[in-house]
Amino acid sequence: MELVCPAGSLPALRNAVAAGADAVYTGFRDATNARHFAGLNFTQNDLERGIAEAHARGCRVFLAVNTYPQPGSWSAWEAAVDRAAELGVDALIAADVGVLDYASRRHPALPLHLSVQASATNAEALAFYHRHFNIRRAVLPRVLSVRQVAQVAAESPVPVEVFGFGSLCIMVEGRCLLSSYATGRSPNTYGACSPASHVRWQVTGDGLEARVNGVLVDRYGSGERAGYPTICKGRFQLDGAAPWHVLEEPTSLSTVDILPELAEAGVAAIKVEGRQRSPAYVRQVTEVLREAIDACMAGRTGAPRKEWQERLRSVSEGAQVTLGAYHRQWG
Amino acid sequence: MNATGTPRLSLAPIPYFWSREAVMAFYEAARDWPVDVVYLGETVCPKRRRLRSTDYFAIGESLAAAGKEVVISTLTLIEAGSELGGLRSLCRDSPFTVEANDMAAVGVLERESRGFVAGPTLNLYNAAALERMRAAGARRWVLPVELGAQTAGALTSAVPALESEILAWGRLPLAWSARCFTARAENRSRDDCGFACGDDPDGRVVRTQDGQPFLTLNGIQTQSAMTQNLAADYPALCNAGAGVLRLVPQSHDMEQVVAGFDALRNGAAPEKVAEELAPLTGVGGCNGYWHGAAGLVEGAAES
Repeated sequence: MELVCPAGSLPALRNAVAAGADAVYTGFRDATNARHFAGLNFTQNDLERGIAEAHARGCRVFLAVNTYPQPGSWSAWEAAVDRAAELGVDALIAADVGVLDYASRRHPALPLHLSVQASATNAEALAFYHRHFNIRRAVLPRVLSVRQVAQVAAESPVPVEVFGFGSLCIMVEGRCLLSSYATGRSPNTYGACSPASHVRWQVTGDGLEARVNGVLVDRYGSGERAGYPTICKGRFQLDGAAPWHVLEEPTSLSTVDILPELAEAGVAAIKVEGRQRSPAYVRQVTEVLREAIDACMAGRTGAPRKEWQERLRSVSEGAQVTLGAYHRQWG
Repeated sequence: MNATGTPRLSLAPIPYFWSREAVMAFYEAARDWPVDVVYLGETVCPKRRRLRSTDYFAIGESLAAAGKEVVISTLTLIEAGSELGGLRSLCRDSPFTVEANDMAAVGVLERESRGFVAGPTLNLYNAAALERMRAAGARRWVLPVELGAQTAGALTSAVPALESEILAWGRLPLAWSARCFTARAENRSRDDCGFACGDDPDGRVVRTQDGQPFLTLNGIQTQSAMTQNLAADYPALCNAGAGVLRLVPQSHDMEQVVAGFDALRNGAAPEKVAEELAPLTGVGGCNGYWHGAAGLVEGAAES
């Protein structure tokens, strides 16, 4: 089982490589990828340097061009695919049928990975992408139980990669318009969820309010820890009850407890979420998961899972972790 | 349908978990409504089985006899192997055209050489993607709900061979999850949901802490609280080349909604119809997406 780590910047890439990632994934500094945040991602020069450094240490580099271009901006996505091919990345991560079509025809030697943003949750969908675009790997949305992951992996024509740690999307990726509905900007079209440009913090008589484009996503009393206002993690009213986390609490996904089950399920790679996080986060998470995956693959028993969980908890959103949909009861 | 034609009207699949009697009564009534296309089937949750596919086929026969084009819609989120099995038989056995709401369905229908409708969750945002779907057998496509007039117009003119369909009335489908939020609201897990969504014929409204209606819970699906109402935008929908206007079923006043959009086709004033339909929305209307804004925006007037 391979470890794939986020590289939102050159320092993060270096940390991931040093801490033992088998591969890192990156993106250009624009809306062509799903982590389009100010100050994040790579210029052409940084990327060239990052790829050279990673390759020198035996680490592969994937590049995400995984948002959905529209007619007016199509050429920017074509250009991004061309640049990825020229840079010699080890794989292009894409979601849009048009982008996959272009990449597979124009650059047949460039390996394609199906992005989680393509919402492919079953073997029949993966077979479609494989048949038409010769994808070599697919990243599964965070909505499947371990048993379902095993089913998909067994029937899939390509190896599957799953999320092992990081922010938890509770909706099928690529089919979530919550941010779009509130702000007009979605992961699909713009590459960001609750974009910082639309977030406002305001202290009022009722507490600290977090608004996204005017929509009140949460309100914190004194002493409460305020989290980033992702819509699915907000507190809302339902049936007149006191505000609560109607969709999900602020929590992170963590799978160190079930890595052996994921390996058994036939998972080829574990992905860490967090290109928008700091280089220190990348180092900490990569180190722990490297250790945990190595122990799991070597079949070592008595793994210090508690210690790993503690080290991961210190960098988790909301300082809580969950198995999410991997655990059937989550649903 | 060319840019100057009169669009047809469709009824989207019922997104909610209505009783069998309510579903039967709804489609019995719809036989006499001025809709041209009716989509049938469960698109949200595989646990909802008050009607089997054979029941939908029978309803379809009755609607077809009343002159409607019938389309059978597939599940949107397919997780378990059993759901995939159900999808394969549905695509094989359906006597009617199928609406593919997941790429799995596209793959099966392509293999079976069956023409299909490309549903709104396939994420078809550009001409290259549409051409691919056309090659796989798509005859019509439904615009992803977050796209607006500008993109719709560009795509219908770029791929004129594919008929387009645009959601003109209804709560917007915004997200799907492995979790059932209605069950969660009842402090139940999805496996032990007790079919709580059956008590919400129009979903359950979620409000922000300052009391604004924001979302609607519908089992594993999250919808907008506001109803998208594009009646005032009827001329722009025609200009964008919409071949079909999609109306999403709700438990009340659906006949009036259909009548309103039919009146538009017969020359009624768009602003007036929009105003007449506004009270039928439940908690309010929106039309932001069509105008290139946030979906929840109400009363947007220019692209």
